[in-house]
Amino acid sequence: MACVKVEDFIMDLELEPIYLGENDKIDIETSDLNRPGLQFANFFDFFAKETSSRLQIIGQTEMTYLKTLDTNVCQERLDKFFDFNITCVIICRNMDAVPEMIEAAKKHNCPIFKSNMVTTSFMSKAIEYLNSLLAPSKTEHGELVDVYGVGIMIMGESGIGKSETALELIERGHRLVTDDVVEIKKVAENRLIGEAPESTRHFMEIRGIGIIDIRAMYGIGAVIKNKTIDMVISLEHWRKNFMYDRIGTNDDYINILGVEVPRLVIPVRPGRNLAIITEVAARNFRLKNMGYNAPLELAKRINGEIHD
Amino acid sequence: MKKEVTILNKTGLHARPAALFVHEASKYKCDVKVEKDGREINAKSIMGVLSLGVGQGTKINIIADGVDEKEAMDALVKLVESKFGEE
Repeated sequence: MACVKVEDFIMDLELEPIYLGENDKIDIETSDLNRPGLQFANFFDFFAKETSSRLQIIGQTEMTYLKTLDTNVCQERLDKFFDFNITCVIICRNMDAVPEMIEAAKKHNCPIFKSNMVTTSFMSKAIEYLNSLLAPSKTEHGELVDVYGVGIMIMGESGIGKSETALELIERGHRLVTDDVVEIKKVAENRLIGEAPESTRHFMEIRGIGIIDIRAMYGIGAVIKNKTIDMVISLEHWRKNFMYDRIGTNDDYINILGVEVPRLVIPVRPGRNLAIITEVAARNFRLKNMGYNAPLELAKRINGEIHD
Repeated sequence: MKKEVTILNKTGLHARPAALFVHEASKYKCDVKVEKDGREINAKSIMGVLSLGVGQGTKINIIADGVDEKEAMDALVKLVESKFGEE
């Protein structure tokens, strides 16, 4: 469930209030919508709970039908309809509410808005909006950078050099999404989007210098608002007897909000340029995505030589 | 362990107080987190603490987990209660 302020709801969906109600927040339980034509025709089976908690969208058909009803029938049906604890009603095509509807909404403290969009277009816009409101989210500690179009989240313990790596990547022409705090949203079954908290967006902390503004320093080309998280690079101190991937065939993943994100564990050691390694990881990711796998190609070549 | 504290100093958890808070938290081995309105961030991250936007009078939860959690919690609570040496 998500909770959204009425004023944000109005702004985000470009609505105009008809009746605001007493609450300053709207509880959103589902991204499904309902067009209450059948309910207006007095068919209330299966309406309780699930369907009544959806946003109720009124288009031309429903409105025209309401207008054909006698005043007392209309009053009675709408009273019954609003009695189900409706979340909110949105009327499309810039139509106005019938007086009986405003009366019933007032009685049951249910907000009514109108949109100037055509009903079907409004519905797809509303579903997209509700989905992003309801998307599972979490905050991770790390950097998010766009390297050659690949969204790379750099993780690792405090002081290992995440910010410094991100800074060098920016110097080399790549783009910063966020420093230190990544707000992650699961926007689809297999897709994570990361962005910065609004208040600290495109600022960065470099130990010894303090807080710097990347956008002011490097320009608009050095930053991007959000980015999919395509892979994770975990920086860690070199472990002496740990078997790091020498070939590039160990598929390692990290689970974030139920999505398996490819992960590389990169040991930190003097003389290893982490920005260049990150660039190479991004290039390699793109090659693999396009169907080219270097270790496999090498294996093929060696096999060919043996059999020649 | 988890404890609720109220930020009493005028500037809230910004600039110098935020830096002091992060510096103190970073002295300990345990995981330290700060929670405000359901958002939880790493207390050892200055950007994280700043992004919470904690003003005067705001209630936050300090969450410490690890070997020296008690020491860390005591030190951070004391720091907040001392109003970061302001006034």
